[in-house]
Amino acid sequence: KRNQCYFKRSLNVVCTSRFWFNYRHVANTLSVYRSVKRLGIPDSHIVLMLADDMACNHRNPKPATVFSHKNMELNVYGDDVEVDYRGYEVTVENFLRVLTGRLPPSTPRSKRLLSDDRSNILIYLTGHGGNGFLKFQDSEEISNVELADAFEQMWTKRRYNELLFIIDTCQGASMYERFYSPNIMALASSQVGEDSLSHQPDLAIGVHLMDRYTFYLLEFLEDIHPSSTTNMKDLFKVCPKSQCVSTPGHRTDLFLRDPGSVLITDFFGSVRKVEITTDTINLTAPMVHLEDTRPVRELRTEIQTYMDQLPVAEIIHQKPKQKDWHPPDGFILGLWTLILLVFFKTYGIKHLKHIF
Amino acid sequence: MGLLSDPNRRRALTNLLTRLNAPICVVCYLAGVMWFMGLAFEPFTLRTYMSENAMGSTMVEEHFPAGERALATGREFAAHKKKVGGMPVNWLVKTMESRGLEVFTQSFTRKLPFPDENKERYLVRGTNVYGILRAPRASRTEALVLTAPCSQGNANNQAVGLLLGLAQYFRSQVYWAKDIIFLVNEHDLIGMQAWLEGYHHTNTTGGDWSPLHGRGGSIQASLSLELSSDVITSLDLVLEGLNGQLPNLDLANLFHAFCQKIGVLCTIQGKLQRNDWESTSGYSHSAQTMMLMVLKQASGRPWGDHGLFLRYHIEAATIRGINSFRQYKTDTTTIGRLLEGMYRKLNNLLERLHQSYFFYLMPSLTRFVSIGYYMPAFGLLAVILLLRALDLWVQLGASAPGTEDGLAEREQDPRFLPLLNKLVISHMTGVALYCLPVMSQEMAVQHFPVSETEAVVLTAIAIYTAGLALPHNTHRLLQGEGTEHGWRVLKLVALLYLAVLLGCTALINFSLGFILALSLVPIAAFITPPLSAAIMVLLSPGCTLLYCVLIFQELQETPVSLQDGWMLFLSVISQGILDHSLYGSLVYPLLALLIYPCWLLLWNILFWK
Repeated sequence: KRNQCYFKRSLNVVCTSRFWFNYRHVANTLSVYRSVKRLGIPDSHIVLMLADDMACNHRNPKPATVFSHKNMELNVYGDDVEVDYRGYEVTVENFLRVLTGRLPPSTPRSKRLLSDDRSNILIYLTGHGGNGFLKFQDSEEISNVELADAFEQMWTKRRYNELLFIIDTCQGASMYERFYSPNIMALASSQVGEDSLSHQPDLAIGVHLMDRYTFYLLEFLEDIHPSSTTNMKDLFKVCPKSQCVSTPGHRTDLFLRDPGSVLITDFFGSVRKVEITTDTINLTAPMVHLEDTRPVRELRTEIQTYMDQLPVAEIIHQKPKQKDWHPPDGFILGLWTLILLVFFKTYGIKHLKHIF
Repeated sequence: MGLLSDPNRRRALTNLLTRLNAPICVVCYLAGVMWFMGLAFEPFTLRTYMSENAMGSTMVEEHFPAGERALATGREFAAHKKKVGGMPVNWLVKTMESRGLEVFTQSFTRKLPFPDENKERYLVRGTNVYGILRAPRASRTEALVLTAPCSQGNANNQAVGLLLGLAQYFRSQVYWAKDIIFLVNEHDLIGMQAWLEGYHHTNTTGGDWSPLHGRGGSIQASLSLELSSDVITSLDLVLEGLNGQLPNLDLANLFHAFCQKIGVLCTIQGKLQRNDWESTSGYSHSAQTMMLMVLKQASGRPWGDHGLFLRYHIEAATIRGINSFRQYKTDTTTIGRLLEGMYRKLNNLLERLHQSYFFYLMPSLTRFVSIGYYMPAFGLLAVILLLRALDLWVQLGASAPGTEDGLAEREQDPRFLPLLNKLVISHMTGVALYCLPVMSQEMAVQHFPVSETEAVVLTAIAIYTAGLALPHNTHRLLQGEGTEHGWRVLKLVALLYLAVLLGCTALINFSLGFILALSLVPIAAFITPPLSAAIMVLLSPGCTLLYCVLIFQELQETPVSLQDGWMLFLSVISQGILDHSLYGSLVYPLLALLIYPCWLLLWNILFWK
């Protein structure tokens, strides 16, 4: 049984909005950043992208702070924030390059997502979005197809073991619709056609401080400590419709394990397993190379399976796609009724027996 | 064959046009007037809303505490003003410096073309004092302005006091992203004009002012404060600026939003909003408010100190405190909080206000009609002119039967010559009306026992009436006219000229264009030689101005008798001439150089023999 503790954690936390009135997106991102740091993930494993500097914005009445609770209860900017991509560096191109690892050799390590096939990655995106896209910096967009392809590239290059994708924007569920790589679990703050709403306006600062989904996510995460055993099913329950007004959604069909067995700390926390031994270890003897006892066949077999990219069998045999059954359109119904009526009117009811 | 190139069909069309012309014109005129009056009907208007995202829905808690201290400062200002007998420059400079602003002064002189009897000034000399609050952390690229005028007597002392109080409060905050300039201007509009010209390094009106030593970046928005009492019952918003220009509607929306939040009664045109739009009195209330706005806009003069900012694409409005006989009074601290809230919202702006409308009419503070809704009223009136022109063209074409184009042109050539004469003479009269009153005031004062202002105004009226006698006099000088259809050509030219003129005017200043159209279009459309001269004179531009003055007084609920109305009319003419030379208002040159000659052309048709 594979122990999740042996998997590294990496994070990519992105805020895509600039301007003072989008203060809440920066506060969202910094809240998630702060939570994972509290749970033990170091800055070297986090890529934090903030599109605008709210703490030092000229309009901030409390410079060098970003608050997430009204009445200035919680300063999420703190003293040890390490922003990796700031201001105009937060672009779609940079984001995709960070994910896929296609960065120029001169990029410093702090700006790279140093992940391999034993990493569990958490990606958190927030900003303004729509049906199938997320707006970056008021000048460009990333589409859900691009994001899905980026994740597929990551899978092909073995850049992740498992990936948790959280998005807090309007119509966020549209962003994970197109994912097709295995081992991805996705959460969104609202369904297609719904707007994600902001939570608390602060009357001293004059802006909304947080979005609802992230606010309740933060509340949920505050209860998590490094050894808690809360699983993903509890995360799905965060912010029901009564609190969020929008309907949060999630997607687990690409994930191989059962979400109920996935701990929150598999993604959000860094856990060190400590084994206490009472045996003494003799250090004076020289080191002896251990034999490679791993059976060869383990390397040969593929543990993971890929999703069928081109379902040829289905295409050739013209199997109908598994679509939800929709009741026939009113128009179609009406049209057929009209045709039938006309037919029977013209030819009389006695022809009925020829049809059935 | 096409519709217009087939002679049969063309004849049918032109017959239709000729037959139905007069009825269609009458219907269009009535429809235009009804459309205009219908603009005040509430279901046809839209509710105002905040369009700018940066000035969004969240509000701050305002904390301005020092209303009483502001009033004390205002009293000190009043005392120093009385002692110095004008603007207490030294005291203002010292006070602003003690509040931590960077203070500068600007002195200016202006000689008016003739003495201004309303404000009793001729040679104006003054000083503007302004203090700049530098944004603590921002670069000096943008600025906001708060101004209060230094008026004579006891007016506006509280405004200056509140301005200084706000300056002290704002100075202790760290959240300003733009510089704030606190300006106290002397001699209201003249001082403001000097300051703005100095700030933007332009000199369009020939004033003499010292250059400004301190600047704050490009000004994004400005508010002018007029407050003459310690407590108020309501705040009035004044939007109309020079040449009928209006600030962006978002500024009015901002003001209304804060009035609602703080709970102050707010009015526009001095009239409160009513909720009963279905009743006749409710509708007439909105119609009156809208008519006041239309008349103020048509006059082309700035109705508050803010009016001169608009020319520089700076959105500006004047907030006037009114103390009437209501029970519920608002104190200075609340007004200070309202201004603080507005400035914090303006502080959040990233670009100039441009999301909302620049051309609109407001039947009340929460309702507006945009240019797309009110322009058809003018369009219907302009269409009358075009229809009549088409009709005349058809008649002229029919009266030269069987001639080819070349022959007809040669025949018409001599017909155009007397036309050219009349055009030139009319425009020369217009130029005389524009130049002579101011130029010949000295001569008039020597020969007649009148003051300079009266001389100017009476000369203008004299030239205007002398123009009426022109057709008789110039008849003897010019020969070769009196053809039966000559007047039709003149009328065609006059109609097209008027249409172009009114169209261009309505684009810039809809109210002016519409009011002129209301009186000029009927006479232009239906004038023929044997028409009554009295009607022409009654609908001439001068008389339209007189009616507007009377209606304006009526709407302001201070109706005047004909005698007082006439005196007011004379003062309006003098103010118009002064506005033009002091601030560059275009109403007087438009009326003198373009509208009056056009009307003279039509007047010439009356006496065609």
